[in-house]
Amino acid sequence: MTVSPDWYLALSAVLFAIGALGVLVRRNVLVMFMCVELMLNAANLSFVTFARTLHDIGGQVLVFFVLVVAAAEVVVGLGLVVAIFRRRANATADDLHLMKG
Amino acid sequence: MVGMIGAALAGATGTGHSWVDVGTFVVAAAIVLAGAIGVVVARNPVHSALMLVMTLFGVAVLFVLQRDPFLAAVQVIVYAGAIVVLFLFVIMFLGVDREENIGFEPLRGQRPLAIGLVVLGTTGLLLLGQVSRWTTGAPHVAGVDGGKQSNVYLLGKSVYTTYLFPFEATAALLVIAVVGAVVLARRPPTGANPVTDAPAEAVPAGAMPANAMPAPTEEPASVDAPEPHHEARP
Repeated sequence: MTVSPDWYLALSAVLFAIGALGVLVRRNVLVMFMCVELMLNAANLSFVTFARTLHDIGGQVLVFFVLVVAAAEVVVGLGLVVAIFRRRANATADDLHLMKG
Repeated sequence: MVGMIGAALAGATGTGHSWVDVGTFVVAAAIVLAGAIGVVVARNPVHSALMLVMTLFGVAVLFVLQRDPFLAAVQVIVYAGAIVVLFLFVIMFLGVDREENIGFEPLRGQRPLAIGLVVLGTTGLLLLGQVSRWTTGAPHVAGVDGGKQSNVYLLGKSVYTTYLFPFEATAALLVIAVVGAVVLARRPPTGANPVTDAPAEAVPAGAMPANAMPAPTEEPASVDAPEPHHEARP
């Protein structure tokens, strides 16, 4: 009995689903960000699994790039959250419905 | 720790103990899923961030299990070491480290709908993977993995030859992100921009929590000073 790639891909699908559920259900902007990170990690896990299964280094390089993009996204996103907090007291996504802030 | 696991795994797989692989996978998968569920259901954002660390570490273990120790190390260093620390810093800086009322549901039926949609999508995805074969595609198009060369050597060679232009692009992206964060989080000088300043008056000062505006950021009076001075002159 060995660990086949199917197990990893199924785990990755479930992890992505939990992240998507968090983005849909939670109202706190910071927690929604963390759920986006969960989804990115699910994608990373899939990439590594495919890289190993197909003996292709490209999947691992792609994980590298996803990490960089995730870091950039978190930096800009948290900057936005700080800017929003300057104007209003809570970080609830439902209250941010005005373009003027 | 990752190195220890990797060494143990390398030794174990060399002698053909695949049950070590299975056991490690099951434990790591349980950690990953428990952490992910914890992120979603935790009331306190700080607890969510700590659960996120748990998930990221589990994913790093799974990377090691797939003979990818370099990305596992990068995962722990960049994600758990930098990104989650950034999250925690912003949470504490803004003072939102308090319990949140999860029971309040402004959109009626949003949660059952979301859960149903996600469960349906996941089931469809898993069935699709089961019916068709999980992994299809041509093996090693971008470059052969494995063989005598180490993982780090192959990854570095690929990044600096085949993927050189994307690599440069990510460097530019990081610089742009840093500049963007500075522009976004910077406190604008008062009176400089009427659009961004107008809503600030609309929010009563009492509505702000004490931690939302730390005292040190209030003090750059040298930036604010020239504006009233010019207005006062005529």
